[in-house]
Amino acid sequence: MLDEMSAIVGPSPSPSPAGGRGDDRAALPLSRARERAGVRVLRKHPTLVLGALLLLAMALIALFAPQLATHDPSDIDPLARLQGVSAEHRFGTDALGRDVYSRAVWGARVSLIVGITVAALSSAIGIVLGLVAGFVRPIEGIVMRVMDGLMAIPGILLAIAAMAVTRASLATVIVAITIPEVPRVVRLVRSLALTLREQLYVEAARAVGTRLPAILWRHVLPNMMAPLIVQATFVAASAVLIEAALSFLGVGVPGQTPSWGNMMAEGRNFVAVAFHIILFPGILLALTVLAINLLGDGLRDALDPRLARQL
Amino acid sequence: MGILLRRIAATLPVMGVVALLVFLLIHLSPGDPAALIAGDLASTDDIARLRATLGLDEPLWRQFALWAARLAHGDLGTSIFTQVPVTALLAQRIEPTLSIALVTMTIAIVFSIPLGTLAAHRAGSWIDRAVMVFSVLAFSVPVFLIGYLLIWGFAIQLQWLPVQGYARLADGVGPWLAHLVLPCVNLALVYMALLTRMTRATVLEVLQEDYIRTARAKGLGMLAVLGHALRNAAIPIATTVGVGIALLIGGVVVTETVFAIPGVGRLVIESVQRHDYPVIQSVLLLSAGVYVLVNLLIDLSYPLFDPRIRDA
Repeated sequence: MLDEMSAIVGPSPSPSPAGGRGDDRAALPLSRARERAGVRVLRKHPTLVLGALLLLAMALIALFAPQLATHDPSDIDPLARLQGVSAEHRFGTDALGRDVYSRAVWGARVSLIVGITVAALSSAIGIVLGLVAGFVRPIEGIVMRVMDGLMAIPGILLAIAAMAVTRASLATVIVAITIPEVPRVVRLVRSLALTLREQLYVEAARAVGTRLPAILWRHVLPNMMAPLIVQATFVAASAVLIEAALSFLGVGVPGQTPSWGNMMAEGRNFVAVAFHIILFPGILLALTVLAINLLGDGLRDALDPRLARQL
Repeated sequence: MGILLRRIAATLPVMGVVALLVFLLIHLSPGDPAALIAGDLASTDDIARLRATLGLDEPLWRQFALWAARLAHGDLGTSIFTQVPVTALLAQRIEPTLSIALVTMTIAIVFSIPLGTLAAHRAGSWIDRAVMVFSVLAFSVPVFLIGYLLIWGFAIQLQWLPVQGYARLADGVGPWLAHLVLPCVNLALVYMALLTRMTRATVLEVLQEDYIRTARAKGLGMLAVLGHALRNAAIPIATTVGVGIALLIGGVVVTETVFAIPGVGRLVIESVQRHDYPVIQSVLLLSAGVYVLVNLLIDLSYPLFDPRIRDA
């Protein structure tokens, strides 16, 4: 195995005490080499690493919300209304005397759950519809016209309208945000499918009689993964923003669940006296979306530089 | 002429699908549409009466046909809550929304095209980096956070501008503009991020072309060269302006709430809380119509930017 590798790569460098650059890399034990690779990724794709670390931090905050919170997020304390930042209340208190820090920590859960599930759901639906549109000619027109129609309605408005006909809950918010995101995935999958359809290996698979589902699963889908993953991160970023906007407008996650959008809506009438109610959840929200966007930009550059023009 | 008609005809299926989706909205939701419209406090009799008056007991295809026929005559229906025709309601609320949209677009275009061109011209410099950092930030920081930061800074601390609200254009240009500055700057930031990025990318690409090298070689000044480049980058930029309309309309809804402006965006939110479906449906139709129309106009304006299309 090793010999095969060196046969491909060329003669392995002889270890020399002087230790030229290429030489000591080859002589490194595996763990050091891996560390080197880590540094290389960081240097080549700083946005990817920064985004991933920031997102990891947010995920840890969401996961350990019960441990991190200093107060019960729904504990009302009328005597401690609209207090500023203090040792007792790190981010101050809101109009009902609830601890803004504890609520903000719990709020991370809603944003991350919405971001991840909307990205997963719209990718799954989008892949199926996009593949059907790309490979089943008679259905293509219908699917794409419906997608055109959905794209013509601004995403937030469509989500608001969907919320108007359902009872507000975390699940309905997720569905309402998924609907406007699906067409973006469908368009990407279909355009990729149109190119992949003409590839020689797909033609070859057809020629030997492989069934369409098997071709899609084994030959088409794996070749779409890179752009799809990048697109999914951008969908997640947009979903987190739309969820916050819906909650802020009062048509999102029900009021008793602490979410960053809800918190900012509750601070709306106290901008002049207690700006911290809006500021802290707003900063966390911005950081989360920034983390996902950086991750997406980094993944796009790392996975396929050609994509940089398309997305 | 043939192209014009074909382009206009191509928008019809899109609007048809939009109409169908908007119509189906209250029928696709789980539960009885009549009960949905009547609200939580309605009795069974109320719901039955409502079903009859709204024609909800008719077959679905017939309901759609009747609804679409009325739409074609410009009748958007009657608001259930206020009992006022929806067109009249929209007429009351359209001025602030249109004002925000137009001023925002103007700000965004005036700033982002020179900014994007400059970034492309000085690609890799600190200006370019600053522009890219700005665009990533503007895409990530929610509109309503920036809105409140602007209110807090410019209206509450500095007291330069009104905190919230709207002044009609008929009451004077000064107050009108003063009330529009903050919401429009707020909304323009997102739009600018999109436009600046696109301008930078397309101008950067055009600058690699041979005719640009020729223009420079024959001693043309940098401004004239950039003018050449911009003209050739005009079509992708114009297309982005059109696509951004959806972003703009969505942003207006949020901005109107932040700045307490009684426009169409507030109307939608109020209508959701009142279960006033004809109004919600009309706003969806209207905004999709605006989106399709603006994009059609941009499509049709391509020959103005590029004579090659006109001659083809």
